[in-house]
Amino acid sequence: MFFLEHIWLIPLFPACGAAVMFFFGRKLQKQSVSAVCVLAVLLTFVMALGALLEYPSYAKANPDKLGYETTLYTWLGSDSGLPNYLTHDGKPAALRADAGFLFDPLSGIWLLFVTGVGTLIHIYSTGYMAHEGGYYRFFGYLNLFMFSMLTLILANNYALMFVGWEGVGLCSFLLIGFYFQRKSAGDAANKAFITNRIGDAGFILGLLTIAWLFGSIQFTKVTEIARSGQFVIGDHWITIATLMLFIGACGKSAQLPLYVWLPDAMEGPTPVSALIHAATMVTAGVYMVARSNALFVLAPTSMKTVAIVGALTAIFAASIGLVQNDIKRVLAYSTVSQLGYMFLALGVGAFAAGVFHVFTHAFFKALLFLGAGSVIHAMSGEQDMRNMGDLGGRIKATYRTMLIATLAIAGIFPFAGFFSKDEILWQTWSRENGAYRFLWYIGYATALMTAFYMFRLVYLTFHGRPRMSHDVEHHIHESPKSMTVPLMILAFCSIFAGFLGWPHSLWGSNRFEKFLEPVFAKGAHVLQVEGEGAQLAGGQHEQEHTSSSEYLLMIVSLGAAGLGWGLAYRSYHNADKGYTEPIAAAAQPVYNTLLNKYYVDEAYDYAFTGRRKVGPVRLGAMGLGEASSWFDANIIDGLVNGVGWITRTTSTLSKWWDKWIIDGVCINGPAILARGLSYAVKFLQFGLVQWYALVMSVGLIGLLAFQLNIINWFWIFAAAGFVVCMLYLLLRHFVWRRA
Amino acid sequence: MAEIGILHYLIVAALLFILGVIGVLTRRNVVIVLMSIELILNAVNLNLVAFSRMWGLHGQVFSIFVITDAAAEAAVGLGILIAFFRNKETVNVDEVDLMKW
Repeated sequence: MFFLEHIWLIPLFPACGAAVMFFFGRKLQKQSVSAVCVLAVLLTFVMALGALLEYPSYAKANPDKLGYETTLYTWLGSDSGLPNYLTHDGKPAALRADAGFLFDPLSGIWLLFVTGVGTLIHIYSTGYMAHEGGYYRFFGYLNLFMFSMLTLILANNYALMFVGWEGVGLCSFLLIGFYFQRKSAGDAANKAFITNRIGDAGFILGLLTIAWLFGSIQFTKVTEIARSGQFVIGDHWITIATLMLFIGACGKSAQLPLYVWLPDAMEGPTPVSALIHAATMVTAGVYMVARSNALFVLAPTSMKTVAIVGALTAIFAASIGLVQNDIKRVLAYSTVSQLGYMFLALGVGAFAAGVFHVFTHAFFKALLFLGAGSVIHAMSGEQDMRNMGDLGGRIKATYRTMLIATLAIAGIFPFAGFFSKDEILWQTWSRENGAYRFLWYIGYATALMTAFYMFRLVYLTFHGRPRMSHDVEHHIHESPKSMTVPLMILAFCSIFAGFLGWPHSLWGSNRFEKFLEPVFAKGAHVLQVEGEGAQLAGGQHEQEHTSSSEYLLMIVSLGAAGLGWGLAYRSYHNADKGYTEPIAAAAQPVYNTLLNKYYVDEAYDYAFTGRRKVGPVRLGAMGLGEASSWFDANIIDGLVNGVGWITRTTSTLSKWWDKWIIDGVCINGPAILARGLSYAVKFLQFGLVQWYALVMSVGLIGLLAFQLNIINWFWIFAAAGFVVCMLYLLLRHFVWRRA
Repeated sequence: MAEIGILHYLIVAALLFILGVIGVLTRRNVVIVLMSIELILNAVNLNLVAFSRMWGLHGQVFSIFVITDAAAEAAVGLGILIAFFRNKETVNVDEVDLMKW
């Protein structure tokens, strides 16, 4: 039980690797960077494999448990468990999320292929990125991605899952924008991040609805309550919660209408496209829906939505993939299409089939991308298939492995894709007595298209006449061992991974489905009951699920694959410069529409981003921005200016009042009065000391005379003296002074 | 010739006093104003000394006080005058009008 008890180490290894890269990566040699990062992921692979091998004995010892669960510590909320909110039925509940890990067959399978493919792609990257700048940065991001993805997979509650969910979104952003010197890469990174954000909003709303409904966000508790029969099938709130979760899944797993970011994500380095945008991260939505299967089976509306969206995405993306010329874009649309298949399987209730397709798809799609990377490597960076051709004999290892992957994705027996895709188509055909049969036709047409565009890719790249320039042709070389060996291992898996799900009808045991049974069985039971109810209501007879119809469908879908292969062979096996596209020859408008991806990006530019105007009106985010700008400039600023104007006006009035009334009347008034009254008197004060002395003397003499009663002659004498002296002084002071 | 009596002294003193007053009131130079003040004081001294011939020594004692006072006043006055001259470079009394309204 060593590995199972230490599953918390699994995310820790790549986290350490990432930390080392971010703190010391700049100083490390390329060899040590590769050693640290590859080793970190390899250790997680060993741990995951060990845990998966130990799990059956644990499950046997604890049959009542949903999986092995371990909690490191309480991350959100308190240990005390005191209630802090009310659920929908008024019961108090405590919102709590642990840093806890859940290991059950579902997370075990996901762990296995994520770490396995992750390890191989890390090794491949040491060769592919050998001559690139930012080597340590690249590996740091890759390890950070592994950490986030493993957290997402191992989380035992929706909140911790959301942490991983956001983490992989961040790493995806960082890695798409790895060549940030190119504007297109930066734009693609933004597009991916923003589109994902829309889905994430749905995820959060779903998470909160679940917390409100169930009083817990722990997977095991939610599953137990959902299976306890407390909620009826078709409960509105569960439908809303699951639809919200599915919006999140649409963003992360590139489903209609949020798929637009994935084709642009091909701006990132090719190993990133293989790891994140094909094999692992984009399957997170599938994982989340499969993880919530107990909820989804309670919401038939959501299930139908998932199935229809999945099927539509599958055929929509596949039809675009038919005419794309960029080798990576073909694969990108193929990924979107295959993800649609997975959701189709989940939607019809065939969870195990969906997971099985995720599992096999991880190998052959990673192989296809890595092979494409090897081709691009050989072609000195050329990605346009119109300039390729006849590479088959020159890079043999790449050609052979890619051919295996193509056979696998096209669904040719006995490669991996055959088993998983056939299982999905069969389940779509037979589930709920054919209620989903119309989706089978879509899936079938998609299978045909898949075979066509994949063999088109193979013929245009590896067969036909060489169409590249002389310089490029001269440089063509097989990739180093570090790149071809992962290709071969993945090719091996693409052949044999499907055998794990060998169906009963072909005398197999379908061990894959049996392994997943504990996760999905009860949900399947609910669906069966539901189906029978509908059947009774409709008065239909039970249709026998005979093997004969299954054989027939197998042969029919093999026929589709063969037909697609044949059409591609006829059109492209001899392609020379200026070869004709059969679709363009048949219907030019259809070809143009497909080549322009149904003008979805343009439509989004009109409707959502607002980069293009609808007539004079701009809609979408930029339209909203313009409207807000107008609102800000006119309403908000108007209010501010109005308030400012009021303040200014009142202060002007106040200033006037202060100046004229307060200062003028009240303060200066008495002063002016005092000055006016004293005006006449102040002239007596010349500032002439002798004048004062004179007045004093005369006053003294006058007083004396008054006292002595000798006024008559003395007065006259004194007054005359006074006048003479005064005249003398005044003349001297005011007139003679200048002279 | 009649004998010189108290009246003669008083007339001389009155003349001195009037001269002093006219000097104080009319001269422009502060030094001369101060000297005129000395004249007034000395006219008073003359009266005091003249009276003391008739009524005892009190008048002479008083005149010594006046002389002391005059010395002190001249010292303070001339000190102010020097300080003033340093600022305005003049000793004209009618230019001392800084504190006029």
